[in-house]
Amino acid sequence: MYTKTILLKDTNYGTEDKTKEFYTLLLNILREDNLHEQVQVVRAADVGVYNQGFVVKILPDNIFYANLKNEDVKRIVDETVKNGRIVDALLLKKEVKQLRIVLRNCGEIDPESIDEYMEAGGYQALKKSLFELGPEKVIEEMKKSGLRGRGGAGYPTWMKWNFTRGVKSKEKFVICNADEGDPGAYMDRSVLESDPHSVIEGLVIAAFVVGASKGYFYIRAEYPLAVERIQKAIAQAYEYGLLGKEILGSQFSLDLDIRLGAGAFVCGEETALIASIEGKRGTPRPRPPYPSVRGLWDKPTVINNVETLANVPYVIAKGGEYFARVGTQTSKGTKVFAVTGKVKNSGLVEVPMGITLREIVYDIGGGTFSGKELKAVQTGGPSGGVIPAEFLDTPVDYENLQKLGSIMGSGGMIVMDTDDCMVDIAKFYLKFCVEESCGKCPPCRIGGFQLLGILNKISEGQGTLEDLNTLKRISFAMQKASLCGLGQTASNPVISTLRYFEDEYKEHILNKKCAAKKCTHLLNFKILQDKCKRCGVCMKNCASLAISGSKEEGYTIDPAKCTKCERCFEVCKFKAVVKE
Amino acid sequence: MAKVVQAKINNILIRVEEGTTILEAARRVQIKIPTLCKHPDLPPSASCGICIVKVKGSNKMLRSCCTPVAEGMDIITHDPEIVEIRRTVIELILSNHPNDCLKCARNESCELQKLVADFGIRAESFPQFLRDLPIDTSTKAVDLDPKKCILCGRCVYACQEMQDVWALSFLERGIKTRISPAGDILLADSPCVRCGQCAAHCPTGAFVEQDHTAKVWQALQDQDKYCVVQIAPAVRASIGEAFGYAGKNLTKKLYALFRRLGFKAVFDTNFAADVTIMEEASELEQRLLAGKRPLPLITTCCPSWVDFMEKFHTDMIDHFSSCKSPHEILGVLSKTYYAQKMGIDPAKIYMVSIMPCTSKKYEITRSDEMSASGYQDIDVVLATRELARMIRQAGIDFMGLPDEEADSILGEYAGAGVIFGATGGVMEAALRTAHYFITGRELEKVEFENVRGLKGVKETEVEIGGKKLKLAIAHGLSNVEYVLNKVREAKLRGEELPYHFIEVMACPGGCVGGGGQPYMVTDELRIKRAKVLYEDDKGKEVRLSHQNPYIKRLYSEFLEKPLSEKSEKLLHTTYKGRPVYRR
Repeated sequence: MYTKTILLKDTNYGTEDKTKEFYTLLLNILREDNLHEQVQVVRAADVGVYNQGFVVKILPDNIFYANLKNEDVKRIVDETVKNGRIVDALLLKKEVKQLRIVLRNCGEIDPESIDEYMEAGGYQALKKSLFELGPEKVIEEMKKSGLRGRGGAGYPTWMKWNFTRGVKSKEKFVICNADEGDPGAYMDRSVLESDPHSVIEGLVIAAFVVGASKGYFYIRAEYPLAVERIQKAIAQAYEYGLLGKEILGSQFSLDLDIRLGAGAFVCGEETALIASIEGKRGTPRPRPPYPSVRGLWDKPTVINNVETLANVPYVIAKGGEYFARVGTQTSKGTKVFAVTGKVKNSGLVEVPMGITLREIVYDIGGGTFSGKELKAVQTGGPSGGVIPAEFLDTPVDYENLQKLGSIMGSGGMIVMDTDDCMVDIAKFYLKFCVEESCGKCPPCRIGGFQLLGILNKISEGQGTLEDLNTLKRISFAMQKASLCGLGQTASNPVISTLRYFEDEYKEHILNKKCAAKKCTHLLNFKILQDKCKRCGVCMKNCASLAISGSKEEGYTIDPAKCTKCERCFEVCKFKAVVKE
Repeated sequence: MAKVVQAKINNILIRVEEGTTILEAARRVQIKIPTLCKHPDLPPSASCGICIVKVKGSNKMLRSCCTPVAEGMDIITHDPEIVEIRRTVIELILSNHPNDCLKCARNESCELQKLVADFGIRAESFPQFLRDLPIDTSTKAVDLDPKKCILCGRCVYACQEMQDVWALSFLERGIKTRISPAGDILLADSPCVRCGQCAAHCPTGAFVEQDHTAKVWQALQDQDKYCVVQIAPAVRASIGEAFGYAGKNLTKKLYALFRRLGFKAVFDTNFAADVTIMEEASELEQRLLAGKRPLPLITTCCPSWVDFMEKFHTDMIDHFSSCKSPHEILGVLSKTYYAQKMGIDPAKIYMVSIMPCTSKKYEITRSDEMSASGYQDIDVVLATRELARMIRQAGIDFMGLPDEEADSILGEYAGAGVIFGATGGVMEAALRTAHYFITGRELEKVEFENVRGLKGVKETEVEIGGKKLKLAIAHGLSNVEYVLNKVREAKLRGEELPYHFIEVMACPGGCVGGGGQPYMVTDELRIKRAKVLYEDDKGKEVRLSHQNPYIKRLYSEFLEKPLSEKSEKLLHTTYKGRPVYRR
């Protein structure tokens, strides 16, 4: 039986990962002191801090040491592990920018142990709801908290619950939407995998409030670990009387079940999700009626996102007012972002609402890893938009991001530098939406396809200025005439890149130039004679016979024959082939 | 009383019952909001995105087809911005649709074509790309051209919800989305029962009935052929719609028309309906009194229903009336009885059936029994829509034609025969004659009002000869299961049977709502068409099949009596289970 756990991680970016070396060292020292059976050492994938050298976290004491050298190991074992004394000099400087509410238990407890969750205060909020507050007061607390849906639209959670509660029906349902599908986003996955019980607790409280007797987790099948952990957690909750008949001896009963999503992005849209659970084709239907009035099997249904539900036990345990201390006027609490792209420290961050983009990207993310100038930040996934560098000081909340032409979305955040081409970015997101369109309505189905065709044309140097008007016309029609959120926002990446970077589009169209060197059709390939070692590999690999020359005379590329396949660029070991 | 809500549409104050959609409310104040996917007969699928409107206070545009008017709404249905978006959406749809209008079956009746014309779209704004998929002609009744499909979903609703057949569904997603039977198989290998409701509701030429008018023209040209024709009950009530006249009985103009087209003899399916009644009422009598075969008796005039049963409800085969459908009966009689009487070589007789139905095209080769005369009893079937085309091709001012009569001895009909075209009609006609067969007395009042009307399942009781007969009438195949399950449950529990006699018609409203009828059918129109038939019945001197003097003559001269050996051979058929999916 272990009495302590040590998590360790090399958090430096860009240097060789030396975790293994450090791990061996630590284990050896523990063995010498015969502590290896009491102390468990875990090489963690993520400890929530970045660029702090070697980091160890000692549990359950929750001591964080950072920037460790090899010689510090012995000291930690002697002082902290053996004698419980804290070595102040090694302590991690308090991370003030991040605030962990949703991720409060992530990495702190064993996700497969309900006991550890309960020791951390788990299921107290449920008890409080059942026996102290009752449904009305829970809604009151939720209202005070100002918690809004974290799935993207930001609808006040208490209102959703209140609607469903107000509808008379013999049967009601609650659903946890865990069909996270934005490219590069994994907030929900982390929560499901590392703290499944807090989501379950949130869902049980929601069910209690609205009077539902059955609930579903709709989890995408690509998250097998999340499915496994939720499955285990549900089984444990049944065992502990936290699910099933007469929960904790109260009058309230609830059954929970899991439904797997088969990978369609649109099934994250609530009406399509309901259709999918019903066994139908996952396509959206018009709202109203909203699911809160007529949802699953035509019964009133509350659908909440994973992150929203993970907030609920915290809100109830600490009180709505306490929760609402954090955030801005309209957006309360924290938001988890998956920060990726050209940022030094990529990963999940949880920050209070109202923090600026600059703080997220520079203070937490460490700026661009290339050292190049930051060009824009993309938020909101494929439904979002780009926010150029000049707006980095905007406080992040639902309204502000919307004003800038983007959205909060589910929490994807991609940092871009000057190597990123905005036409290319628009193309990337649009392609995703075109592939994921359910095909039901023409604005999205055909509009997206036509937009993509025009973007391809532009990136190949075939665009005209008239195309920009066509892009705007189709995008607008898609926004206004599409049925569901996916279609209405699918053109956002085009609209927002056009809004801030129209000149870049024009550069592609008029000068046939892509400054970021992403649009290969607009590039010329050239062999630098001074770097060329005359190996001839480029010529052998050129399928279009555009490279001529000999070992004696050197090699040249005939631009008229070159198809810009990039093969020569890839095979040249001496970086003698360049794109211009 | 439903709650009334008040709102403004284009500044016009409206008061409508709660739940009324914006589209419907606008129509009531003379505002037409264009739409491509909303069919007045079907619930909104909300797919096309053309009927969008603005509601003050919301920066979204709402689909008027599915958004109910809410109290205090301030709605704008038309402004330059809305028109521009609608135009863009139409142009987008057009970029995924072939420019085949001139050669398309829906030329001049296509809802997309009309919108394109209304919006004055003269050029292609976006490059065109099409689904490169072949036309599915496998059913021999209804063709599917995936290129022309705009994915409005009407056919899917008709096939799945209205008809419970589930042959059609959406396949794939995004730009590859298409309508197809599940598993991408041919329609003929799918559960499709060829009812044609997909074609009747399709806004474009994606689903159309196979056109066989050329075959008819060819036969009419052939000096060697003796062309005869028969008209189904429901056709006379609807053909006028193709010429701007709804709700008119055009029986006698149709007779004149076919003579002008060159048919040697003009018959009426109603006559054969009277024969059907003679046989079916006898069958009912036998089952009731002699108990030879089990009750309830289920009608089999509808080939789609027969196909549906043979695929999904084979446990009911014993309950099926073995009697063929009226037009098949007329076919076999024309090539036997009529041929003998007139001294014509039956090999030369070419029988054309004018039907409200696409399924009849399939029925004529359904089994060997459809050639009981020794020749294929029906040579070709034209749906009402094809007939309308043929009239135009012939250059005949149809509505101006004089009234004429049908040809004996297969033309005169009793009132009972004509109501076959409406749901409940077969039941009512059979009851009139069954009453006589069972009691030996004639009815004082021949109308059975309870079996009429558009309620999906009609359950009622009548008393015949002191015995209570329990009846059920279902129309629209989705209503069948309820009725059959009640029979199954009673059988299983050994309880008293819920019904003695069941009538089923595949199409909602019966044949008047058939898949081959003129476009834009609604319940209102179905009622209008049915009324024509009921009025025809009312105006007839002879209203009971067994009183039809030509029926009496047929039996005395040829068939002897109902269910005689000859009748069984010529007028009856058998059923067998068929696989739902062939493959």
